[in-house]
Amino acid sequence: MSYSPVQPMHIPDGFLSSLVSVILWAISAGAVAYALRQVGKDLGERQVPLMGVLAAAIFAGQMLTFSVTGGTSGHLLGAALATILLGPWAAVIVMTSVASLQALIFQDGGLLALGANIFNMAIVGVTVSYFVYTSIQKLARGKSWGLFVSGALAAWFSIVIASLACALELAFSGTSPANIAVPAMGGIHMLIGSGEALITVGALAFLYSARRDLFHIGEAAPKGNKAIWIGGLAIAGLLAVLSPLASVHPDGLEWVAGQKGFLEAARAPLYKIIPDYSFPGISNTTLATILAGILGTLLVFGVALGVAYLRRKKESK
Amino acid sequence: MHVHFLDPYRPRTSPVHALDGRVKFVLTVAFILTTSLTPVDAWPVYVLLFALLLSVEILSGLGIGYVLSRALLALPFVLAAFPVIFTYGETVLFTFPIGAWKLTAYTEGLGRFISVALKSWLSVQAAILMAASTPFPALLQAMRAVGIPRLLVSMFGMMWRYTFVLVDEALRLMRARAARSGSRGDQLGVLKSGRKSHPAREGGPVLWRARVTGGMAGNLFLRAFERSDRIYAAMLSRGYDGEVRLLPLPRMTGATWAGLLVGLILLVLLLSFGILFWG
Repeated sequence: MSYSPVQPMHIPDGFLSSLVSVILWAISAGAVAYALRQVGKDLGERQVPLMGVLAAAIFAGQMLTFSVTGGTSGHLLGAALATILLGPWAAVIVMTSVASLQALIFQDGGLLALGANIFNMAIVGVTVSYFVYTSIQKLARGKSWGLFVSGALAAWFSIVIASLACALELAFSGTSPANIAVPAMGGIHMLIGSGEALITVGALAFLYSARRDLFHIGEAAPKGNKAIWIGGLAIAGLLAVLSPLASVHPDGLEWVAGQKGFLEAARAPLYKIIPDYSFPGISNTTLATILAGILGTLLVFGVALGVAYLRRKKESK
Repeated sequence: MHVHFLDPYRPRTSPVHALDGRVKFVLTVAFILTTSLTPVDAWPVYVLLFALLLSVEILSGLGIGYVLSRALLALPFVLAAFPVIFTYGETVLFTFPIGAWKLTAYTEGLGRFISVALKSWLSVQAAILMAASTPFPALLQAMRAVGIPRLLVSMFGMMWRYTFVLVDEALRLMRARAARSGSRGDQLGVLKSGRKSHPAREGGPVLWRARVTGGMAGNLFLRAFERSDRIYAAMLSRGYDGEVRLLPLPRMTGATWAGLLVGLILLVLLLSFGILFWG
């Protein structure tokens, strides 16, 4: 029996253009490296066991589901819960670990697309959660209802905004038109986000009555958190404004991108660096077919040889 | 109950399993990158990439069926690329009216859709091959070798080790919920024969079920938190001082280098073949 995730929730390979993948990999790698340093400062030598085990807990927690109606179920993704309980930097690390292992081991999300998935889950999810959570906490002035309201909204927004990021990534890659991807993704995730919000509030309510002291771990690192707050505001604002614009406007993303040149650059694969090239005097398609034939034959030959070699080795044992 | 079924590693004695984990890691990423960079309508290249994959699948002794059936996992996501058939391109493939509306499919859009589906299918297979033929510690070693920070790698290692423990914990929580009636009705209410037996034990309204699940998630978190305290104390008692000490990476032998080089050259050849003629 082999395990497969409840439902694939991350972008698989093949859906993002190479350029989009590489850019998001670079952003994510930088952010994770920075978060790693911050968490190291706060936790010191406790970092490895605490982060490792809590990442495993979030992973396992994603298996907990409740039935909604007619075969659909709500489940937890955990970005908001991790942010509220651990603080933003640690949450970035935990969610990065979760997304990485899901891609490496369970093929939930691609390897080249992992940069984008880390970006959506760990960076967008966490910063938006942090922004919503702390803002509403401030408004509530430490009253206990503030915890639950801000927790619910942080969970809901983290899911919805992350899904908008995902839709825009697909649109920029030319995989899915913005005017369809944004409303579809956003609509579905408004429902998924409600499940997330309910579970997050349930978890917060339980922890509030069982271990109120845990809520202070996240406050251990006040330094630099202003930057995350602003980052969360910027990401949430940008995506919330950009994506509806992208989907409402008849030209979709082209309009948002502003210049056609930029969009072309985003859509043109990296390999355009090599100019159109053809052997003089030989028809391209013919040569291609012949080459394909030769290569294919060689490959099949290689397979046959390999299998034969393996057989012989087994028999000789 | 132990969730050893989580581990996708399938031990076999095959050349693919025997190959150094670092080589497999780099080649898998290179394969996926090649697939991603392959031009949209370079169909022969897709066939060749698939042939390459198929050869390795046969060599690995995992069974093609195993790899192919697991590769279906990414299939639902293809829906996201479906609309592109009707929005991208100029050459009209066909149109059919839906009421007052006309839906037009384009050849270029269809090509793009098929290429996305193929790329994702091929990439997933490569990732499955790697995960099924490489034990996780070897993957961790590979990640260290390509320069991922050792702190992050040791967290991955720690996470992997306790994933089994905590998934067990989560399953126990769910069993307890099922026994105490907060269960999903579709699991308990219907017998195997399909006949409704006892009325489904729903436990309570949706909000109540969500709250219970949330409480369970919080409980799981709490247990993990307390466990991490114990683990930290245990590590400390054995002399842990914050420095992650790992075994030195094994030396890359000449044959390992050769394997890596041959694989990379093959991929570069395939890619340049695709780019030269379809780029």
